[in-house]
Amino acid sequence: MNKKLKIILPAVVIVGFLSVAVWYLRRTTIPILEPKGPVGLQERNLLLFALALSLFVIIPVFSLLFFIAWKYRESNESARYSPDFDHSRIIETIWWLIPSAMIGVLSVVAWNSSHSLDPYKALNSKTPQMTIQVVALDWKWLFIYPQQHIASVNLVQFPKDTPIDFQITSDSVMNSFWIPQLGGQIYSMPGMSGQLHLMASQYGSFNGLSANISGAGFSGMTFVARSSSEKDFVAWAHHASRSQNKLSLAAYNNLDRPSQNNPVAYYSSPKDNLYGTILAKYDGPGTSMSGMYTGGKTSMSGMGMQ
Amino acid sequence: MIEFASLLGKLNWSALPQDPITAGGAATVVGGVLGVMALLTYFKRWKWLWKEWLTSLDAKKIGIMYIVVAAVMLIRAGTDALMMRTQQAVSVGANHGILDSNHFQQIFSAHGTIMIFFVGMGLMFGLINLIMPLQIGSRDVAFPFLNSISFWLFFVGVALVNLSLVVGSFSAAGWLAYPPLSELHYSPGVGVDYWIWSLEIAGIGSLLSGINFLTTIIKMRCKGMSLMKMPMFVWTVMGAMTLVIFAFPILTVTLTLLYLDRTFGMHFFTAGSGGNMMMYVNLIWAWGHPEVYILVLPAFGVFSEVVATFSRKRLFGYTSMVWATWAIVALSFSVWLHHFFTMGAGADVNSFFGIMTMIIAVPTGVKIFNWLFTMYRGRILFATPMRWFMGFVVLFTMGGIAGVLLGVPAIDFQLHNSLFLVAHFHTMIVSGVLFGYFAGVTYWFPKFAGFRLNERFGNYAFWCWFVGFILAFGPLYILGLMGATRRLDHYSASLGYQPLFIVAGIGAGIIAIGVTMQLLQIFVSIRGRHEARDTTGDPWNGRTLEWSTPSPVPFYNYAVTPEVDSRDPFWAVKQARAAGAAVEPPHYEAISLPKNSAIGLYIGIMSFMVGFGAIWHIVWLSAIGLFSIVFLILVRCNDDHTEHHISAKKLEQLDKKARAQGGYA
Amino acid sequence: MSSSAITQADDSKPILGFWIYIMTDCVLFASLFATYAVLFRNTAGGPSGYQLFNLKNVLAETLILLTSSFTCGLAMLAAHRDDRKQTLFWFAVTFALGIAFLAIELTEFRHFVVTGNSWRRSGFLSAFFTLVGTHGLHITIGLMWMVILMWQVLKRGLSRSIIKRLTFLSMFWHFLDIIWIFIFTIVYLRGAIAP
Repeated sequence: MNKKLKIILPAVVIVGFLSVAVWYLRRTTIPILEPKGPVGLQERNLLLFALALSLFVIIPVFSLLFFIAWKYRESNESARYSPDFDHSRIIETIWWLIPSAMIGVLSVVAWNSSHSLDPYKALNSKTPQMTIQVVALDWKWLFIYPQQHIASVNLVQFPKDTPIDFQITSDSVMNSFWIPQLGGQIYSMPGMSGQLHLMASQYGSFNGLSANISGAGFSGMTFVARSSSEKDFVAWAHHASRSQNKLSLAAYNNLDRPSQNNPVAYYSSPKDNLYGTILAKYDGPGTSMSGMYTGGKTSMSGMGMQ
Repeated sequence: MIEFASLLGKLNWSALPQDPITAGGAATVVGGVLGVMALLTYFKRWKWLWKEWLTSLDAKKIGIMYIVVAAVMLIRAGTDALMMRTQQAVSVGANHGILDSNHFQQIFSAHGTIMIFFVGMGLMFGLINLIMPLQIGSRDVAFPFLNSISFWLFFVGVALVNLSLVVGSFSAAGWLAYPPLSELHYSPGVGVDYWIWSLEIAGIGSLLSGINFLTTIIKMRCKGMSLMKMPMFVWTVMGAMTLVIFAFPILTVTLTLLYLDRTFGMHFFTAGSGGNMMMYVNLIWAWGHPEVYILVLPAFGVFSEVVATFSRKRLFGYTSMVWATWAIVALSFSVWLHHFFTMGAGADVNSFFGIMTMIIAVPTGVKIFNWLFTMYRGRILFATPMRWFMGFVVLFTMGGIAGVLLGVPAIDFQLHNSLFLVAHFHTMIVSGVLFGYFAGVTYWFPKFAGFRLNERFGNYAFWCWFVGFILAFGPLYILGLMGATRRLDHYSASLGYQPLFIVAGIGAGIIAIGVTMQLLQIFVSIRGRHEARDTTGDPWNGRTLEWSTPSPVPFYNYAVTPEVDSRDPFWAVKQARAAGAAVEPPHYEAISLPKNSAIGLYIGIMSFMVGFGAIWHIVWLSAIGLFSIVFLILVRCNDDHTEHHISAKKLEQLDKKARAQGGYA
Repeated sequence: MSSSAITQADDSKPILGFWIYIMTDCVLFASLFATYAVLFRNTAGGPSGYQLFNLKNVLAETLILLTSSFTCGLAMLAAHRDDRKQTLFWFAVTFALGIAFLAIELTEFRHFVVTGNSWRRSGFLSAFFTLVGTHGLHITIGLMWMVILMWQVLKRGLSRSIIKRLTFLSMFWHFLDIIWIFIFTIVYLRGAIAP
């Protein structure tokens, strides 16, 4: 009786707990598993594929573990006992080879996906891409639209199905620019211009955030990424362009001061090449990134200077 | 007045706690220290403490001191974890929780720093000190005095981290303090300097330990113990210490450069003026990734010993275990960039490091299969150490899979710095490192205490840790997929995070009960020590040399240095005796052992002054500390009487007595 | 017989330990060299090595240090011959050469600082001062150690344990020489060749 209870009780607790968990998770959004754009979708699929592949390890390890532990427990005297059985070339070769094969498959996948999902690579689309320049400040996000001549704080809007070329830098510490429902993140670093290509394939407002600790206002450094129709976007940009606040250098310097939990704000006519100016702040003449990642793409962009 | 102020550098009254939370932390530290001192005075134990422990050069005593400090630090950093979980469970929407962001950030920075440097490393060095010399049949480590310096430098690191609760504040820049956030411009206080000097000093201690243990293993193995006859724990220690030798100088340099930036206005990692913050991230991880393997390899070694003993069977695939260990050692220096794929190094670089990362899973997988086949056709006794092992395999496999996922750069872009990542590395470190060392401490406890730990409370502790862990970190995997980043002290209610954070908080609470159970286990075991006394020296039917000594191990380890001719020498001896082999009477010879020395402790105090002076810019204090250290080393070098001798006759008496009390005759 | 076996074993431990220590110091310098390689173009508008370095001084430093390695070797030979006078003499020469080296280095540093090119000027200069300064610091420690050991030789003669210590010192000194060759090549020669 007691022994039965010992098995049944935990089983009931576990099943009950899991049911509640499943019930809750079904009615909650899990952004990374429910992507709203092609990049996020491919990354999600890759995640699920790798997870499925990993079952080839999990299943044998867990079955072996519980089977062996059960069968060769001390009280089971009928099980075979071979205290000196300590090696077998065949068995050992097998478990050097099988994980190697699995990792081999995954390596090919990793190599290909790293290249196809390279955040610096422009996305395939008939629609021409739109550039949005992103500046991480203490503790808010500034979005500059060089083509529309507007800027916004903590809200970035763009048309659906238009590939966006986010150019990312920081005028403060290191941050990480992340919109989980659209796809991966990239660090924003002062004096360096990173790049992230994303696209929304659905309408909606998505949460964006900084994923790298940046000081006191870090938790409030969230923004909204809104994917709308082309028409709505034009209207929104028009609205912003009529803002009384012009983003002159003085206005920018004012914005640059540390502040927390900033509301959405719009700016019209940002100073010409403001993004380049911000990059150049950290880029005295004669300085360059001395090929730390010569093969890489992160570069100290002195474009604004020259 | 002005001169006085400048004499104290940046230190002034405002460094003392100004608000209730810091005051609480400070009161706990000060109260704890005063409490211990009061107890020592009340029980008149100062002299005992000084003679038996603080000045001892006996590796076993030093090992026990490491473990005690690590246990206290586990409680300290665990409290930090509980505060973080409480904050995250309640700080939603309009409610801003119990901590402001600065405190929250100090707490998670301290939690990470302490858990890795002072709990993980402390338990590891503790067990190495206790077990490694015994397992190679040696009386001591190669440099006993250096060993004591290592311990005291480790202790100074601990002291500085905890002092930051009382005087000044701790770093709020995360446990690895990425610049430019950790640069003077963004972190003007002394917090980052506390972090730097605590790790700098403890790190030098670790480096010295690395030199010491590596020399010990290479030079001090007993007769007959060729490399391929060494116990697996010794192999893994050798691997880990090799990593220490190559990795810790990088840490020393990195921390120094950050300090030079902060204090002397240099431009290594600053934004602008030619600094390069990406270089810091590269350097710190060039140390940081090997560090993970430094912690986990000896724990793998512990599991190898535990599984073989409790399965009553030889370790399966010894040779491939050795190769797997060295494969991990070699590979661990070629994966560091996977900590920052999102920095944008480009697809080729990212794929290279991603693939290297996945390759390192192969030798780790081989180890797991070897353990499983050690159990196969064994006679498995599920004592507490074996339970920790079972829990480890379950959690570590899952965490390893999560790690392989993160190793694919394109997936990492979505999960980097999320709570999924946090859950992953906690799974690896809690199951791999902590469970490993818990198993080790339980397994070898009777060897040093002379009695076993209570099995019932050990079992409770295990289940609390295991269930608590799943509850605490399962939700974090999901939260990561929900786009929750790490280190949030507040989030909006609409994100739906709260229920999961509450479950995680409950899980952390259950782990705290587990720690309480471990404390109770020690208490109950001490109370029942007479019933649980180990009278044989071999409570688990062990296989390796250490079990041939009496429990508790006498200060000289072996009265007669053993000779071995197989991998499980003590098992072989027992088999031979059971088959009726004659017991040769031991032939005693005079031995010499290191005398006590307080100089290690003094060097520790002086390093504390160096560190404290450097943190607060009190130049004279650092200078005095530095010169005193040189002076103390000179004093030690000119002391030709550092050893005491025990005659053969005396040794024979001691040995007979020890064996009569609790030893294998 | 058995006691001599024990002492021999005892000697081999510190020798191995010291080699391992030298290895860690190599890693330390390797990290600093890597840092320098990353930063050496980051002059932030300040002068580059091409503008700063005076190769004549550096050549003098190199010759002095190489000679000091040679005299250190002579001192060790004398020590093994049990010739206390010669040992002390050659170590004194080594010491003087070390001081000369440091003097030139400090003069160079001072010159940079007074002309407005201190370690605060740029990432390049931070890396330069730190790398070369760390080597200089090692030399200083080596000189202090030399004085102490000379004093011990004077007081206690060339006992086994003193010779062991002298051996460590000479290993350390030769090691610093090798590091200097790298500094000479990577920092000064490379800096002087191309702007």
